[in-house]
Amino acid sequence: MHRRSLSVVALAAAGLMLAACAQESSGGASSSAPAPESSSAAPASSSAAPSPTETPDECAPENLNLVNAGQLTIGTDSPAYPPYFVDDDPANGQGFESAVAYAVAEGLGFTSDQVAWTVVPFNKSYAPGAKDFDFDINQISITPKRAEVVTFSEGYYTVNQAVIALADSPIANATSLSELKDARLGAQVGTTSLKYIEDFIQPNTDIFVYNDTNDAKSALKNGQIDGIVVDLPTAFYITAVEIPKGKIVGQFPAQEGGEQFGLLFQKDNPLVTCVNKVLTELKDSGELQAIQDEWLAGTTAPYFTE
Amino acid sequence: MSNAPAHAGSTTVTPYVDPARVRYRQRKAWRDAAIGIVSLIVTASLVTFVVVRTPGWPAVQETFFSPEAFSESFPGLLEAFWLNIRIFLIAEPLILIVGLTVALVRRLKSPIFLPLRIVATVYVDVFRGVPTLLVILLLGFGVPALQLQGAPDDVLVWGVVALVLSYGAYVAEVFRAGIDSVHPSQRMAARSLGLSSWQTNRYVVLPQAVRNVTPPLLNDFISLQKDTALVSVLGPIEVLRQAQIDASFTFNYTPYVAAACLFIALTIPMTRFTDWLQERQRRQRGSGFSS
Repeated sequence: MHRRSLSVVALAAAGLMLAACAQESSGGASSSAPAPESSSAAPASSSAAPSPTETPDECAPENLNLVNAGQLTIGTDSPAYPPYFVDDDPANGQGFESAVAYAVAEGLGFTSDQVAWTVVPFNKSYAPGAKDFDFDINQISITPKRAEVVTFSEGYYTVNQAVIALADSPIANATSLSELKDARLGAQVGTTSLKYIEDFIQPNTDIFVYNDTNDAKSALKNGQIDGIVVDLPTAFYITAVEIPKGKIVGQFPAQEGGEQFGLLFQKDNPLVTCVNKVLTELKDSGELQAIQDEWLAGTTAPYFTE
Repeated sequence: MSNAPAHAGSTTVTPYVDPARVRYRQRKAWRDAAIGIVSLIVTASLVTFVVVRTPGWPAVQETFFSPEAFSESFPGLLEAFWLNIRIFLIAEPLILIVGLTVALVRRLKSPIFLPLRIVATVYVDVFRGVPTLLVILLLGFGVPALQLQGAPDDVLVWGVVALVLSYGAYVAEVFRAGIDSVHPSQRMAARSLGLSSWQTNRYVVLPQAVRNVTPPLLNDFISLQKDTALVSVLGPIEVLRQAQIDASFTFNYTPYVAAACLFIALTIPMTRFTDWLQERQRRQRGSGFSS
């Protein structure tokens, strides 16, 4: 009895291990997930399309590679934080990223009724396999390492990172990064803010990492940490609305090339070319800047010196 | 095994065993081994075939079992894991003390201890019912927000206190079950021999009770090892948090697998130790009946 049950367990374990250890087999399955039903219509069938443009267009809504035909499915995390979203409701068109998403949708030829939002936790956004969104907009910074796994659009915002502290904190008046070396600093997990602490401040104490910005704010208010690092628009929102006793100590020196937020796509999704076209138009027409000015006002804070 | 029970004292007598029966048993043993091995190979190949041939396997393999991502993240994870071990080592003895104390308080018979019994019962009811994560959040973020004078502002202290409170309630119930498992006649016999109530507990009941519940206790501690990761919500970077950080920067889940390997490396020796304890106990009791 005992031996038999053992051998069953061993069997299962061995099978799993073999599966895990096997190198890519001769099957040679490609790593790309099965494409969502692509529209079978030939590009020539422009006559049936009520497209605003006259010429046949691979970027016409009916020719796009979409998760759900006829609608643009956009993902973001919940809660969706201001000033990128307002009232945790991405569908209200308010907040920087919501406005950008609707501008992109409009540029692609979708009405706002044809935009569907879906909740995509950040950790799920890069999971292997088919994605249930056309693109994800969630303050995701473009990095080369990440771009190996997913496809990013052009950047739609150049972001900088800033340090927030309570006004009566010992670091409230710091002007250089070296003054922050002994401070207890925190950031949200998975953010580039954390990377900035590690790379540019290199503190002598342990860094504190939180599930979300709310936890980091709690710790800051409790005095468990001296400062938190967030992106600058978030820093303005937090100090203006959420922690009035807080102040922006300063922002990090701008990096070469800048840190860009990008829309996240399934790896090699052809949709990205059309979205990039729209983003370029939005930049050239000044509309992107107008959205930015509307939602991300107040973008100056003193820069830290080394 | 196949030996017939020998008569007490007559150790030199070899019992008669039918040679045909011996041959049959040997054949059966070989056949069983052969069937087992063939079955193992067939099943393993089948599972491998099915998993590896799925269209998504290369992507899954790259995302979860990438050797580069594993070796890149491992040193950092090992360093972070030291924090889990420290939390565990500090919390474990405290949990034993809290658990045993509460269990004993709940067993107090005298009516004068009614308030204590109520406190102990409410404690167990509440802390066993509340998710450990909430206890950690409440103590780690809530208590410091009270701005009490003299309260420690080190989040690790509150993390450990929360784990102790949460697991203390479980362990108290395990101890109580152990105490209940000692037959009342043991206690009566001890009292009739003139032992005081305290002596009865100390020398008769508790040694048997603790022995009876050692396996479930270790079970709880293995669970505690993994739940040390919950303390990360308060900010400290332990191994699972470090894995999450690595994963979010590389968009690769392999660091989680690496962290799991570290936990397994800790729990497997503990599990084997539990097995060994159980086995020893069984042998000791078994030997009490023979001869």
